[in-house]
Amino acid sequence: MQKKLNLNQTLIDKARASAARVAEETQAFILQHTTVTVERAICRLLGIDGTNAVEVPLPNIVVDHLQDKELLSMGAAYHIGNAMLETGLSPQQIATEIDKGALDFSKLPSNPPEAIKSKIMPLAELTIEHIRKNAHTRKTHLEEYGEKDAPYIYVIVATGNIYEDIVQAKAAARQGADVIAVIRTTGQSLLDYVPYGATTEGFGGTYATQENFRLMRTALDEVGAEQKRYIRLCNYCSGLCMPEIAAMGALERLDMMLNDALYGILFRDINMQRTVIDQYFSRMINSFAGIIINTGEDNYLTTADAVEEAHTVLASQFLNEQFALAAGLREEQQGLGHAFEIDPEVEDAFLLELAQAQMAREIFPKAPLKYMPPTKFITGDIFKAYVQNALFNAVTVITEQKVHLLGMLTEAIHTPFLSDRALSIENARYIERTMRHLGDEITFKDGGLIQSRAAHVLEKAATLLEDIERQGLFATLEKGMFAGIKRARDGGKGLSGVTQKDALYFNPFIDAMKGGSAV
Amino acid sequence: MSTGLDLTNLRPYGDTMNDGKIQLSFTLPVKDDEKGMEAASRLAKKMGIENPSIASHIPLDDAFTLYIVYGAVVHSVDYSNIQVATLSDKVMDMEEVNDYIRERIGRKVVVVGASTGTDAHTVGIDAIINRKGLAGHYGLERYEMIDAHNLGSQVPNEDFLRKAKELNADILLVSQTVTQKDVHIQNLTELIELMEAEGVRQNYTIVCGGPRISNDLAKELGYDAGFGPGKFAEDVATFAVMELAERNI
Repeated sequence: MQKKLNLNQTLIDKARASAARVAEETQAFILQHTTVTVERAICRLLGIDGTNAVEVPLPNIVVDHLQDKELLSMGAAYHIGNAMLETGLSPQQIATEIDKGALDFSKLPSNPPEAIKSKIMPLAELTIEHIRKNAHTRKTHLEEYGEKDAPYIYVIVATGNIYEDIVQAKAAARQGADVIAVIRTTGQSLLDYVPYGATTEGFGGTYATQENFRLMRTALDEVGAEQKRYIRLCNYCSGLCMPEIAAMGALERLDMMLNDALYGILFRDINMQRTVIDQYFSRMINSFAGIIINTGEDNYLTTADAVEEAHTVLASQFLNEQFALAAGLREEQQGLGHAFEIDPEVEDAFLLELAQAQMAREIFPKAPLKYMPPTKFITGDIFKAYVQNALFNAVTVITEQKVHLLGMLTEAIHTPFLSDRALSIENARYIERTMRHLGDEITFKDGGLIQSRAAHVLEKAATLLEDIERQGLFATLEKGMFAGIKRARDGGKGLSGVTQKDALYFNPFIDAMKGGSAV
Repeated sequence: MSTGLDLTNLRPYGDTMNDGKIQLSFTLPVKDDEKGMEAASRLAKKMGIENPSIASHIPLDDAFTLYIVYGAVVHSVDYSNIQVATLSDKVMDMEEVNDYIRERIGRKVVVVGASTGTDAHTVGIDAIINRKGLAGHYGLERYEMIDAHNLGSQVPNEDFLRKAKELNADILLVSQTVTQKDVHIQNLTELIELMEAEGVRQNYTIVCGGPRISNDLAKELGYDAGFGPGKFAEDVATFAVMELAERNI
């Protein structure tokens, strides 16, 4: 990619270094703690699945038991391994016994940590191998069909019924979609458990369950084989169950996950300590599974002003980048987010959007940037919306964004009809085709409006990051420096699920996954 | 066809008075062929469209086709006889609202708003409450005589009422954006039922808003008013402070 903005590289380096120090400092805190969902993810990766008679997921049964007996600090793997040695049962059988009240971890004699590890590691290896195979299958498909050079066309299905979602997803894939995201039902992010099985009822989306993942994966593989394209599947690794959703996605070969280090804190009022710990293990799993994460900076602009607050998006991208790197997630898997959300009444809004999108492209050259369409100023005037989306599509193509989330002309009216999605894909493909190499032909005027805008945003972002570095991440969030939202260190949901690790704590997946992508 | 405007027989306007011309588009779950077009045409006729013209037929998949249809609708309505409940003839601007509060209420008015239930969208409540407002219409936080609290999204109805009591609220604003399977109606109903059960309904002026909310719907659900698309902070403020002043008398 040819650079056009003449950005100050020293300033970029400085901003990146500030973000790295913020992440490093937070990382020290992260490494000392675990959470209930981290431990439930470990249970899932050790093969515990299903629910009890009253539909409580078995990973919750095990981890709730650990919490009740004040054993969480040693981790699920330790106690499951110990119980395996004592009882000769599998993790799944152990979970069932706990549910029946027939087994109590606190009553078992403790075996030597080395013996416990040797019992657990072969099981962990099986799962690691399964995930490695999934990553390999994806790679084989991509080699067979070829990888797309142009932006990935990303659309959403959100009927609430997984079987109806499949009909819509297949239709969208045939129309040209490269990525299908199944929006989750509203409210799922605040559930401290993951629902089970195929689901047909949801509001504004469909439950993320492992069975729903599997059903959609199979459907997209079918339509992919027919279309000779690999259709990527995306879901939401956010909320109170980030690592568990990551585990499920790795097991069922998802390809993309919404997975932001700060989003849950700001937009779902999830406790900040809980979120930073959860994001770490979830990203490690995503990294190993070869999943591209999407970060949520676009959301800042739905609450804050897209002109005045553009620098907070950039600052957050730097932070997300550093947190991702700390979890072993390479730049090529970091779909850093931003959005086309400037008020269409603003003069030269298109130029400002162009400047900001190009800036993200130049500052994060290897990242498959996720670019979000206009939503805030889509009003129900579908005719105007179609033009707004066309301008957004033009910026996407000109500045080589990678994950191209299509805007819907009926945004603000309803979840997309089949035809809305088809029209948006038609719009995007038309612009992609006819403007394919426009970016290569353009240079921006030295010191002109576009270059100056990018320089201004970068400067403000670097200053903000310097400030965050001085105060620390938690204090920054307490002051409301992102999206104008203040959060208390001990406030929000999920803090009771955070525990400091014991010296004997171990997570059997860290060593294998730390190395990054499996293939 | 008469070419004069007749408000007792109001018809759509294409390019000539009373031509009745309309456009519509819809998808049928059938393949794109002559038979599908005939089906689209017959459906349009059943909707009261004379001589429908299938301007475009776009295959969306093997078994789905989008039709764009133009035609003249045979129906008309009597405009002269329509009564709708309008909230207020005159909307006060920010300064007028402040003056009104000073004169009629004589103290700061406390407004508490949230996107309640499972709804994660803050776009509506932010547009009304946040300082910046939307499209040049300042939010209630900027009103000198209003003490506005935006509780954000996914606020359970119970928490919302607890917080309202804690902050000594006068006016409650409830925003609902997600409307799939009418979840907003369930949630709005639940809030009123909860208030009645706790015996606090009369303590507040309560209004709701969202893309699919009308004043009529709001009143039916037991709210004092409802605000749909295109309404801003001053619309909500005008109604709410006047209602509050009326009640205090």
